This record gives sequence, structure tokens and C-alpha cells, in this order.
Amino acid sequence: MIIQALAFYLFAAITVVAGFMVVTAKNPVHSVLFLILAFFNAAALFVLMGAEFIAMILVIVYVGAVAVLFLFVVMMLDINFVELRQGFLQYLPLGLLVGAILLIELVIIVIGSVAAPGQLIAAATPTPDAAQVTNTHALGAVLYTKYVYLFQGAGLVLLVAMIGAIVLTHRTRTGVRRQDAGVQSARRREDSVELVKVRPGQGI
Amino acid sequence: MLTIGLGHYLTVAAILFTLGILGIFVNRKNVIVILMSIELMLLAVNINLVACSVHLGDLSGQVFALLVLTVAAGEAAIGLAILVVYFRNRGTIAVEDINLMKG
Repeated sequence: MIIQALAFYLFAAITVVAGFMVVTAKNPVHSVLFLILAFFNAAALFVLMGAEFIAMILVIVYVGAVAVLFLFVVMMLDINFVELRQGFLQYLPLGLLVGAILLIELVIIVIGSVAAPGQLIAAATPTPDAAQVTNTHALGAVLYTKYVYLFQGAGLVLLVAMIGAIVLTHRTRTGVRRQDAGVQSARRREDSVELVKVRPGQGI
Repeated sequence: MLTIGLGHYLTVAAILFTLGILGIFVNRKNVIVILMSIELMLLAVNINLVACSVHLGDLSGQVFALLVLTVAAGEAAIGLAILVVYFRNRGTIAVEDINLMKG
């Protein structure tokens, strides 16, 4: 129990600190790296909760795809980040005020809901016993049967996002030499080879 | 204190969500950091969903977290694609310069 508590506090603290550094880091590359750290520690929290599949998906999808995409874009775009940083202190009081109010509200809700638990509604999809069925197995058994339409919908969302990203960023460049099979096979000997009779000592 | 319950996880998620809001407010000029703040908020939502799912013994929360993850990935891809196209056309991504459709 103590080990679990210590692990929770460690991972939670690192997650929160990394999240804070994402927001306040001067260099966006550092922001992305702290985001990766936050994701890793959130995945550890998920493992601690017993949701291993979500944890692994978090590492694969967020760290492997999303964060790398961010890193790629940050490094590809040539942006003057010092200029973008101006006004940071100007907005800081307002941001802190709004954040503090929101945090207080959220904590009040959390404390209220934990201290005075309402009626528990019967679980829509009860979790099977963790000793017999692993988390991934249980999730798969539910995801492909009961929530199959949602699963297909998620696939559709990803497909649309992929097509959208390709359509947005694709551009046809002019002045690039490309292979054209039709032109290649339509080429005839008479068009491209010229026989010149050169007399000795004269040149062409 | 040493027994970790639902409240602990919800508090961590609340702090992360607030940090995401704070990031949007203090980085008003940098779209990339704003997008990262949105990712942070979605992560907080996921922590909430999974914590409640485990607490209630209901797997549908984890299914929902998976869907949130999917949408977050799509959103990041589309957002960054728009960012790249915008930078290609205008040469800047400062938020206050994005006012072409203001009329």
C-alpha cells in the first residue's frame, strides 16, 4: 500500500511539474519534450490504476505519434519564438486568476463528490475480475461487440483526419522533373536521334 | 493519505486541466503551445475517465477514453496541418495576425 502511494505521488508530481513546464518553457522544443514526460508519467498513473491497455496506447499514440508530430512541426517552421513570447507577463495575472478560480471549483466538486457519494448507478459494462481476465482482453471483448459502431466511428474520424491533413498540406510543385511513362513510350527514334555527316577537319 | 482513492486521481486531473487553461491564457501568441495545452487538457479528461471507470468497475469509461485519444490524435494532425499551410502562405503563425476573415 505504501509503495503504491509513493508511486502515485511520484508520478503525479512529475506529471504536474511537467505540465507546468509545458506551459511556461521558453523554447517550444522544450515544451514538447516536457509534454512527452507528462504523457509518460500519466501512462504510469494509468498502469497504477490498472488500465494497462490505455496506458500503452497513450505511450504509442501520444508519445509515438502526436508528440513527434509536434516536434517535427516546431523544428520545421522557422519561427521567431522570442517575438511570440512577448506579452507573456501581461497575460499572466489574468491567466492565473482564471486558473485559480477554475482549480478551486474543480477541487470543490471533487471533494464534494467524494465526501457525499450519490447513488451508484449500475455499471453499463461491468469490469470482469482482474485476476481472471486481463484489462486488454476485457476491453477488447467489449470494444468489438458492444461498442463496435463507436469503434468504426473512431476509425472514420482517423480516416477523415488523415485525408484532411494530406489534402491540406499537399502541393504540386512546378519545375520538378518527373517520370512520364506516356511521353517515354511515345518517343521515337526519328525525334531524338540526328545523324550528321561530318567532313574531316571542319567540325559541325 | 497513504490510501490512494478516486479523489487523488481526480485532483491530479483537475490540476492538469487548470494548467492547460493557464497555458492557453499566457501563451496567447503561440499557436503551437496552445495546441499542446489542449492536448494537456485532453490528457486530464482521460485521467478523469479512467479513474472513474476503475472506481465504478465500469469498462465503458475506458472505451470512452480510447475514443477521446482518437479524436485528440486527429485534432493534432489537422491542427498542425493547418498551421503548416498557414505558415507557408503567410510566413508567420502569430495569433493576432490571423484576422483575414474578420472583415
